[in-house]
Amino acid sequence: MAASARLPAGAVSAAPEPPRPAPGFADALRDALYAALITLGLSIPLLALRTEQGPNGLVLEPRWGLVAACCGIVFVGRLLLRLLGLRAVPSRRSMAARGAVTTRAEPERQSGFALSALLGPVFLGIAVTFPLLAYLSAGGLTESRYWVDLGILILTYVMLGWGLNIVVGLAGLLDLGYVAFYAVGAYSYALLATTFSLSFWICLPLAGILAAFWGILLGFPVLRLRGDYLAIVTLAFGEIIRLVLINWVDVTGGGAGISSIPRVTFFGIPFTNDETGFLGWMRWLLGWRDGAQGSLGWLFGPEGPTFSPMHRIIFLYYLILVLALITNLVTLRLRRLPVGRAWEALREDEIACRSLGINTTSTKLTAFAIGAMFGGFAGSFFAVRQGFISPESFNFLESATILAIVVLGGMGSQIGVAIAAVAMVGGPEMLRNLGFLSHVFGSGFDPNEYRFLLFGMGMVLMMIWRPRGLISVREPSVVLRERRAISGSHVKEGHG
Amino acid sequence: MADVAAQAVLTVDHLTMRFGGLVAVSDLSFRCRGGEITALIGPNGAGKTTVFNCITGFYRPTEGMMTLRQPAGATFLLERLPGHEITARAKVARTFQNIRLFTGMTVLENLMVAQHNGLMRASGYTAGGLLGLPGYRRAEKDAVRKAERWLERTGLVDRADDPAGDLPYGDQRRLEIARAMCTDPVLLCLDEPAAGLNPRESHDLNELLLSIRDRDGTSLLLIEHDMSVVMEISDHVVVLDYGVKIADSTPEEVRRDPRVVAAYLGVEDEEVEQVEAEVLT
Repeated sequence: MAASARLPAGAVSAAPEPPRPAPGFADALRDALYAALITLGLSIPLLALRTEQGPNGLVLEPRWGLVAACCGIVFVGRLLLRLLGLRAVPSRRSMAARGAVTTRAEPERQSGFALSALLGPVFLGIAVTFPLLAYLSAGGLTESRYWVDLGILILTYVMLGWGLNIVVGLAGLLDLGYVAFYAVGAYSYALLATTFSLSFWICLPLAGILAAFWGILLGFPVLRLRGDYLAIVTLAFGEIIRLVLINWVDVTGGGAGISSIPRVTFFGIPFTNDETGFLGWMRWLLGWRDGAQGSLGWLFGPEGPTFSPMHRIIFLYYLILVLALITNLVTLRLRRLPVGRAWEALREDEIACRSLGINTTSTKLTAFAIGAMFGGFAGSFFAVRQGFISPESFNFLESATILAIVVLGGMGSQIGVAIAAVAMVGGPEMLRNLGFLSHVFGSGFDPNEYRFLLFGMGMVLMMIWRPRGLISVREPSVVLRERRAISGSHVKEGHG
Repeated sequence: MADVAAQAVLTVDHLTMRFGGLVAVSDLSFRCRGGEITALIGPNGAGKTTVFNCITGFYRPTEGMMTLRQPAGATFLLERLPGHEITARAKVARTFQNIRLFTGMTVLENLMVAQHNGLMRASGYTAGGLLGLPGYRRAEKDAVRKAERWLERTGLVDRADDPAGDLPYGDQRRLEIARAMCTDPVLLCLDEPAAGLNPRESHDLNELLLSIRDRDGTSLLLIEHDMSVVMEISDHVVVLDYGVKIADSTPEEVRRDPRVVAAYLGVEDEEVEQVEAEVLT
């Protein structure tokens, strides 16, 4: 009986951790000194001398103060890091080599498991009430527009992340061209709506189907490719789609894009400020007809409900929320179906899959198709929200952002991807609001300019402390006796 | 059992496998009889795993024919089937020399993946399962029960919800056999199942393999270096050396065969010519 494996989650996390040997102060001091020395060595060529335009040509301006400050920061930082016992998680390989996998992984996976179970409802609650929260905190419908727009943007990336998670996280196929399906979805809606005047609600499934079709089309040539080769071909596929959109001017409008795409309707009722539109419908629903006072008079006053363009934005918010939740629910369900288990098995070991009679070709193609389908849904939502699309919106940076969301979140983890999307998309936006920093760093300081620097630093820190993503534990899809999370150290990333 | 035993489950005829100029297997013919354990032995590099890879579709043989005859009567030409259909339709399962489990999935999930094709049909190729139709739920419950039965037989039922990568080596070997058996094979091909096992585990493995032969009526073909396993459980032994069959009979006779002894142990210098003459005839 290995007792530790059978204890309930609470008992494991409550058990006292073996006391870590306190790092000696002398050791820490020596380590910090080394780090400071390295910084000195690095900063002399990088920082110490600066060329300035002098009266007779260039002069060298020494900046020893800056060098000293840098070394000091590194020294103190490193010392604190050592003394507080914060150390990088050893890499999986070195852990396996020392046979320490189970001891280290046990508390981590149990806590991660409980955390993700708790976070789900909290996140859902915030997402559902978000427009209300924004309305209350901003103090008005129009004022809350920025926040609701930001919410829509984040949810779009959550949905894209969840869609890509099927391909990358579950099936382990590294896809660097996911934005192609986003583009296919967006252009499908834009073209169908502008040429055939089809409604959004008909185009939405069509866009998904078309994107899935392109997913299969991409899937066929890359079936035999793995790893780096697969990544390169999918990257090229994304670029090909973008170049076709730019150059096929007759159909796509080229670089100018497609404008005046029909806006979203409330299931057929346009968002307009008249009796035939959303206002009329709202008044009819609440009983404000023919001058009669309807319900909710305390809320609207004697005039009855009025129309605001924000109604459309809030509707868009809930639309993308529902689309994202559908993506999530379908993914969670697929994981428990044979096809989902086959995807994960494919990620773990393709040869073993084949030896069990699984048709790896069709399994890979379904992963591509279903992932692409959700990308297509998101794309058609993007088009209806923007009202204007151009190939500019579908460049490689988008693919990279979506992939970064999936990797940061922890491949295969739904809640992790949602958190990562909030951090990746919402985080940079938040920097815009850090005006108070200019009081600290002087009036010329614009935190926005440091967005990508902070972003990069965040990524590096993530890779050091949580190399397998925010939530790296895997939840089993079927349970015999007791549900236990699987430590990320066992789960493979797939070979492409 | 008598009528099954009379028939050959697997007939390999004139199998040749060349890799460029290297002949790994040369004109090999043998039969695996139904309800028997056939062992394929030979020194390192004799081409045993190549034969396995040909039978299970990982290699396409250069020449030759491999016929699988199921007890129900259906026959399949294995060299013509695509890789995954050899397991799915012809019902040949295999394990690997270096264990290939889905380490990040639980023990139970490993066995569920093995029942993929049946579950896929039951889930209406995902559509029915997505809608939560009762047919699929019943099929899944049956699949779990079948997996549990195999876990009981392999003594792994307590570890069902642990990741397969957490199991000790011997358990992983048994899990891989259980996983292969979950595909309901007619012929189970085991590539060195006893490698790395201690004597006790090796003894348990013998029991398991015998019970698979006797209770499930599955024929076995195994590659093995551990002679205690081979001699104890196999009904029939085929010996390969440099891709050529040098013996094909019962364990007792193979043990006495001078060519087999020569292939394994080498011979004294003065006997070389004599043995060579024997081998070449």
